[in-house]
Amino acid sequence: MPETLSVVTDGSTAVAEASPRRSTGKLVIARLRDLALVPAIALIAVIGQIVNPVFLQPDNLINIAQTMSEVALLVLAQTIVLVAGKMDLSLESTFGLAPGVAAWMTVAVGAGHGTGLLSGAWSIPITLLVGALIGIANAALIVRFGLHGFIVTLGMLIVLRGLLTGISGGQTFFNLPESMMYLGTAIWLGVPASIWVCVALFAAGIVLLGYTGFGRSLYAIGGNVDAAKAAGIRTDRVLWAALIGASVLAALGGLLLSGRLASVAASQGNGAIFTVFAAAVIGGVSLNGGKGTMFGAFTGILLLFMIQNVLTLAGVPAQWIGALNGAIILIALVVSRITGGKAQE
Amino acid sequence: MSGNEGGRVPSDPPVAEATDITKRFGSTVALDGARIRVLPGQTHALVGRNGAGKSTLVSILTGLQAPDTGRVLFAGAAAPRLSDRDAWRRHVACVYQKSTIIPQLTVVENLLLNRYDRGRLGLISWRSLRQRARDLLAVWSVDVDVEAKAKDLSVEQRQFVEIARALSFGARFIILDEPTAQLDAGAIARLFGHIRDLQAQGVTFLYISHHLQEIYEICDVVTVFRDAHHILTAPVADLPRGELVAAMTGEATTLDAPRSRVAPAGDPDVVLDVAGLRFDGVFEDISFQVRAGEIIGLAGAGGSGKTEVAETVVGLRTPHAGAITVDGHTPRPGHVAAALAAGVGFVPQDRHHQGLIAGMSIADNTTMTIPERLGAAGFLSTRRRDAVANTLIDALAIKTPGPDLPVSGLSGGNQQKVVMARALASDPKVLVLITPTAGVDVRSKEFLLDKVDRVASAGTAVIVASDELDDLRICDRVLVIFQGRIVADMPSGWHDHDLVAAMEGLTVDA
Repeated sequence: MPETLSVVTDGSTAVAEASPRRSTGKLVIARLRDLALVPAIALIAVIGQIVNPVFLQPDNLINIAQTMSEVALLVLAQTIVLVAGKMDLSLESTFGLAPGVAAWMTVAVGAGHGTGLLSGAWSIPITLLVGALIGIANAALIVRFGLHGFIVTLGMLIVLRGLLTGISGGQTFFNLPESMMYLGTAIWLGVPASIWVCVALFAAGIVLLGYTGFGRSLYAIGGNVDAAKAAGIRTDRVLWAALIGASVLAALGGLLLSGRLASVAASQGNGAIFTVFAAAVIGGVSLNGGKGTMFGAFTGILLLFMIQNVLTLAGVPAQWIGALNGAIILIALVVSRITGGKAQE
Repeated sequence: MSGNEGGRVPSDPPVAEATDITKRFGSTVALDGARIRVLPGQTHALVGRNGAGKSTLVSILTGLQAPDTGRVLFAGAAAPRLSDRDAWRRHVACVYQKSTIIPQLTVVENLLLNRYDRGRLGLISWRSLRQRARDLLAVWSVDVDVEAKAKDLSVEQRQFVEIARALSFGARFIILDEPTAQLDAGAIARLFGHIRDLQAQGVTFLYISHHLQEIYEICDVVTVFRDAHHILTAPVADLPRGELVAAMTGEATTLDAPRSRVAPAGDPDVVLDVAGLRFDGVFEDISFQVRAGEIIGLAGAGGSGKTEVAETVVGLRTPHAGAITVDGHTPRPGHVAAALAAGVGFVPQDRHHQGLIAGMSIADNTTMTIPERLGAAGFLSTRRRDAVANTLIDALAIKTPGPDLPVSGLSGGNQQKVVMARALASDPKVLVLITPTAGVDVRSKEFLLDKVDRVASAGTAVIVASDELDDLRICDRVLVIFQGRIVADMPSGWHDHDLVAAMEGLTVDA
């Protein structure tokens, strides 16, 4: 009665009982939105083939997949964090520091700045442990102390990069132990192991976000944290897990790259975070949280690396690749804005 | 009541007059042919229940919004254009419930924000600014240190500063929007003393309050709005309290089907036991029990603490003292997940704020409380989720093509049903509802209340925290909360007027 304003809304729309035809329609559209970049990827493939017939050769495709596999893990990590409505800029420094610490502790004295404190077998556990510790530090500052994620991880990005420069003396670690090299160099069934790892983790990511309670909690928190709380989701715990998991994934990505290059440069991962954000947003992940899929993020990073490869094959001078890369990211954003139909946040 | 009738010349044009104002927001009518006429020197009260249109009228009178139809006059002349803020400020000022003082700045700056005195070189001259601020406060006898930071002032001092600032623009007509909401009794007395001083100096007030007691204390004339309409305007002295409350509540509009609550048979178990609950500054000494199949109402005006009590029961707030026992267990206080596990279902106050994740599907939203039932080891089966969602969609007659539709695509009534579905998904032993029918159409409202009734009949203990009489009418008994305490316990069959009066903190018979 009195209370609410004279509401003329909903009730009137309750016309004919909607026949209970459940599902279909909307679902198909949702799936299609996931595939929004597939036509663009196909188009680039055609253009690439015209520009240079090498493009679709298996060797070249494997090359694309392998060079993107390491950064793709950063995209995977960032997508988990973005869906939960946070962001983690420090991933690119973790990408360098985690294998850097492993190299620092396991590489023999005399070769660069190695200390040779531990045997080579420790390198992978150390890499992942450093990733986890960084994630814990981020989560403590963001979740526990309620600081803003952007500025916390920006500070962390600088600190971690500085740590890597400090322990390496600004130089590159060489003579890495055998175990650090394995994932980056091994070939499984004719395909580099890092591609298998990347694809397997993305598959796991798709399952995680779409088909587990944890994944749906991430969307709920990113979409409306108060509603998630009111529904009994332990939002803090989920965010801790997301931030730590993301850092560990970044450390793993760094390990793959170090293995492939057989070295850890002081600048490993430097500047990668911009490509990572671009790929996620082009792939339909919202910077405001709650929106986007793992598959979409994967198509985003795939598209960027294919375009880069086409540019190289077309003989674009290396000095111009950077500018073109940036321009392509902007164009891709505009195109996905048009095809997606909604403002990107 | 106040004795400043002298000096009021009947022929003076009204300080402010709004005639035949209509304002719509989308399909919602906020004001329908409403009017008000405030004479010089008067202290005019504007009352009405939530949603009556008071705030819309204030925003029209202060030039924040234009009416769809109707005219606003100040001292007989047409109101300025909306863009001419300075002109509006010379006519009318509003002290909002929410402070518009900037806490980090000093009183001087707050008073004279963007009206700085410049010295040579065009730099701000703080010395002359301070003097101006002191003069200003002295004229209106406000005793505040002008160099203090606004955040260090008490609530009443801040209000005085706001009033002085309003007067400094030249306005002699001031709207006070629930000024006493955050004040204690002593501060209210000082505020009233101040208002009387200003009345004596010829300042006109439009006074908005939920506390009818204050209206009788300080106001000359009262205007009642109800459901977007002007109901009456009368001198306060000629209007007995009972009639005022009646004007606010209107005819007792009953829903189609009279509810016949069958009291739970025999002596069923107490499912929810709340004992000595206290949250400092919000509520204290709250104790009640709810039996299986019983519906308890928690009634109270905005700010009474009823919402906070309900939120404490579901674990959104951690009480400072007291115990909550659900079916023999004591869930960890302040943990929603613990309360949920103990069997508490929850419909939060504002579905947009806490109830829904707009971009997610109906299936995701309705099953958010029960991930463990949708699969093993943290995985969830979309098939099982959709099956559960479909059952809930049927049970609550949610109009949707399917469970995959994002809830943002639903109408308000259907959205609220989704929130209810989410609460019912876990088969709760205790169901806590806060304003469960706010902003929904009549049919959805009827449906939702009927649903609550049935859920209770099936043995669930229900709490309804609301100030909507329709929500409370389905309750077996209603506990009235006023200023954080339970002041009345009314069994079903109460009279509308009595309940409203209790919620507003007065007794009609007094």
